[in-house]
Amino acid sequence: MLSPLHKQLLNDYQHDFPLSARPYQDIAEQLGVSEAAVLTAFNELNDNGFISRIGPVIPPNHIGISALVAMAVPETQLQAVADKISAYPEVNHNYEREHRLNLWFVVIANDTEHLHAVIKSIEQDTGYPAMLLPMLDDFFIDLGFKLELNHA
Amino acid sequence: MLDAQDRQLLEHIQLGLPICPQPYAEIGRLCDMAETEVIERLGRLKQQGLIKRLGVIVKHRQLGYRANAMTVWNVPDHLVKQLGGHISRFAFVTLCYQRPRQPEWPYNLYCMIHGKDRATVLQQLEQLVDACGLSSFDKEILFSTRCFKQRGAIYTAKVLTHE
Repeated sequence: MLSPLHKQLLNDYQHDFPLSARPYQDIAEQLGVSEAAVLTAFNELNDNGFISRIGPVIPPNHIGISALVAMAVPETQLQAVADKISAYPEVNHNYEREHRLNLWFVVIANDTEHLHAVIKSIEQDTGYPAMLLPMLDDFFIDLGFKLELNHA
Repeated sequence: MLDAQDRQLLEHIQLGLPICPQPYAEIGRLCDMAETEVIERLGRLKQQGLIKRLGVIVKHRQLGYRANAMTVWNVPDHLVKQLGGHISRFAFVTLCYQRPRQPEWPYNLYCMIHGKDRATVLQQLEQLVDACGLSSFDKEILFSTRCFKQRGAIYTAKVLTHE
C-alpha cells in the first residue's frame, strides 16, 4: 500500500518542511525523484487519510487557550453525547477512553471567558458535568512522530 | 509578538499547505502577501517558537498505530517539571503535560503514547516508569477506544485577532 517514497515523505518531513519557493521540488531533489512524483505521492497520502495535513503545529496557549475536558457518560448515550460535542467548532479532539470518565475532548477558545462559555453550553446541551483540565505546563518538544512502517 | 499579518497568515495556513508547485505563493494570494514574505514570516514564527514544527502531520490510527494510552500520575508538585522533562525525552512519547488536580482526580502529570498494540504500549510504559523512577506514584492508564473527532487545532480569525 505504502511505497518507499510514501514512507520517506511520512517520516522525513514532519519537522522541517522546506521553506522555499518550490518546497516539493526541493524534496524531490533530496529524494532523487521528480517534483510531479512527490506531488502525486502527497495527494495519495492525503486522499487515503494517512496524513491530516502539511502544516504548522501551533503550541497550545500561545494563541488562544486550550483545555482537556473529561466527562462520565452512560455507554448507551455516549455516541449521541459525543456527536453533540464534536459539532462544536471549538472542539478538535474527542475520544472515548476506558475509564469511568469515558469521554475526553479538547476545547480551544479565544480566552478564559470564551472557554468557560463553551464548557457551560456543552454541559447544558448534554446534561453531564464536565471536568476542566487546562494545561499548566508543556514538557514536550515536538520533533514529529517516528513511524515504523514496514508492515503498514 | 504576533502582528496582524502573522495572525492572518496562520489562519490561512493552519488547515494545510496546498499540494501544488508553489504552495507559499498560493497561501500568499489568500492573504494578500508576497510569496517571499510568507516564507520569511513562517521562518521567523518557527524561530520564535510560535510554530512548534512545520511539516507532515500524520494520522496515527490509519498508519497502524491504534493503541493510544493516556497515562496520568499523581506526583509531588515540586517534581513535576523534572519528571515531565525526563518523560518527554522518550521517542515513543507523543505528548507530556502538567494539568491541575481536581476533586476526585488527583493526577497532575499526563503522558501520551501511540503504539501499534496494547502490549507494546504497556512495555514502553514500564520502561518509562523504571527509567524515570515513577513506580511509587499513583497512576491510571486510559486507553482510547473510539475516536469521535480528530483534527488540528483550529484557530479562527476571531481567536487570531484577539489581543
